[in-house]
Amino acid sequence: MHTSYDLIDRRGMIMLALLGLFVLIVPICALIVPKGSPFYIPPYLVALLGKYLCYALLALSLDLVWGYCGILSLGHGAFFALGGYAMGMYLMRQIGTRGVYANAELPDFMVFLNWKELPITWYGFQHFPYAALMILAVPGLLAFVFGWFAFRSRVTGVYLSIITQAMTYALLLSFFRNDMGFGGNNGLTDFKDILGYSVQSDQTRVSLCVVSALALASGYLLARAIVVSKFGKVLIAIRDAESRTRFLGYRVENFKVIVFTFSAIMAGVAGALFVPQVGIINPSEFAPANSIEAVIWVAVGGRGTLVGAALGAIVVSFGKTYFTGALPEYWLFALGALFVIVTLFLPKGIIGTLSDFMARQSAKPPTPSPKDMPAAAE
Amino acid sequence: MTNLNPTLTNSLLYLDGISVSFDGYKALRGLSLVLAPGEMRAIIGPNGAGKTTMMDIITGKTKPDEGDVYFAGTHDLSTMDEASIAELGIGRKFQKPTVFESHTVEDNILLALKASRAPLDALFNRTGPEQRTRIDEVLSTIRLKDHRHRSASDLSHGQKQWLEIGMLLAQDPKLLLVDEPVAGMTDAETLTTAELLREIARDHSVVVVEHDMTFVRELDVKVTVLHEGSVLAEGALDHVSADPRVIEVYLGR
Repeated sequence: MHTSYDLIDRRGMIMLALLGLFVLIVPICALIVPKGSPFYIPPYLVALLGKYLCYALLALSLDLVWGYCGILSLGHGAFFALGGYAMGMYLMRQIGTRGVYANAELPDFMVFLNWKELPITWYGFQHFPYAALMILAVPGLLAFVFGWFAFRSRVTGVYLSIITQAMTYALLLSFFRNDMGFGGNNGLTDFKDILGYSVQSDQTRVSLCVVSALALASGYLLARAIVVSKFGKVLIAIRDAESRTRFLGYRVENFKVIVFTFSAIMAGVAGALFVPQVGIINPSEFAPANSIEAVIWVAVGGRGTLVGAALGAIVVSFGKTYFTGALPEYWLFALGALFVIVTLFLPKGIIGTLSDFMARQSAKPPTPSPKDMPAAAE
Repeated sequence: MTNLNPTLTNSLLYLDGISVSFDGYKALRGLSLVLAPGEMRAIIGPNGAGKTTMMDIITGKTKPDEGDVYFAGTHDLSTMDEASIAELGIGRKFQKPTVFESHTVEDNILLALKASRAPLDALFNRTGPEQRTRIDEVLSTIRLKDHRHRSASDLSHGQKQWLEIGMLLAQDPKLLLVDEPVAGMTDAETLTTAELLREIARDHSVVVVEHDMTFVRELDVKVTVLHEGSVLAEGALDHVSADPRVIEVYLGR
């Protein structure tokens, strides 16, 4: 699928340039430009864009395992949600006495449930560095343990997809329970501060949006560094011919566990940035449908391209926002139709199809297979 | 490990009394085979004789129900997994050419090249001049030097077979197992492949499984005839093809 091994290829350059531009323009248009101006970006739009960027990071993490290693995870939403919960717990502890029950120690829902003490799981979450560590560690650890067992037992293909789906569904059910201590079906909300700044203020919203863009850029660079390394070539080899890779002496399960864990951490970071921007995290984030939607983003944008995954997430989410506003009852039909159309007519997604088209345009005889396109660009 | 018999300790590969059955079907019944270091051996036999199952036993894909498999006298292959067996120095070429289709010819060799297989070493690997020289050597041996930047999926069937042999060579194994290398090749390609394998056999031990008698004759090595999961005859090709039992298995019934 790729023969371009520069750390940043042409489409990566375009994406990073656009993100750079975004980081410059959004603060100006949201904070400096006066409200009446056509260039003014209202706060709700800033939050919306930030949300899309978090989805893009989630899609990127999924593409790393699915596009490059052939692991179709239908449970990546779980890692996103776990990262989100870790951030949510930090934000809850920041509320302090400003809650309805004005309890300095316990979040409102615990007071409401008549709990007297903070559960051990919540210890330390008032400190941001600890929360940040948990944002990385909790999804990473779950992915590591899950992957350790699944990949060691050589569970692959559709069976693996099914158990990832079961994993997120199990988490959905357990987070619904009040006695888990994570707010039950209401989840965590009514956040006040992040690092001492009000989550409602325009400046904070813009900062979070910019941080999301930077996280996406860093996530892209890290994923790209992995993909172009020999490690990445082994991943592609596993995707294309797993048992051949084994006979070459590579311990396939170790490669899979590592990339799966890294991908889960990336998804967790995306979830953590998502929560303060939307202001709530509840068990519905674990819904299997969310994970499947993420797969659709990657498929639409172009599997195994990284840039395509991010693009797909943004395009489809934008479509969702538009449709659910304009024609709410048709959104699911539109999403279904989109998936069918992409599978039938654009099997390589937007980016893959564009690459093919450009390869045909560049008159380089004899025309190599479309897969060679990036090599032609070198 | 003091009382091992001389055949066991001097041989590179030692199979004794191997039996395997799948759902009651006996794929191998008491197969025994000894390969000396540096030897090239051709294995022939009709369909279902157990040739591929034998390869599976040696590479750890299938575990024997009974019998011993020793490599270099000391390694009990029946207790090891595919990756550890590959690390010992046993390389395998499959019947159907399996190369990494979306990688370039060069990268296929790079992945096979003898080097650490640890994930972190792969992550921080820099392909040095030594590795490049080695890749060049392998590419010229397998006659694909001019195709190095092409995607493996664009190669012809014969070229894919050579690429896979090249991947074996890059592993620098002590023993190469080659399963039907010339199936589907043109006559010219078949001759080139025989030449290639003879070249490789100069400093490697090789086991070749093949149907094509012209090719086996071209290899000019000791032949083992398998039939219904055990050895029927062994010796020079002219010798075994004169054996009435071999003639019966191949032509009779």
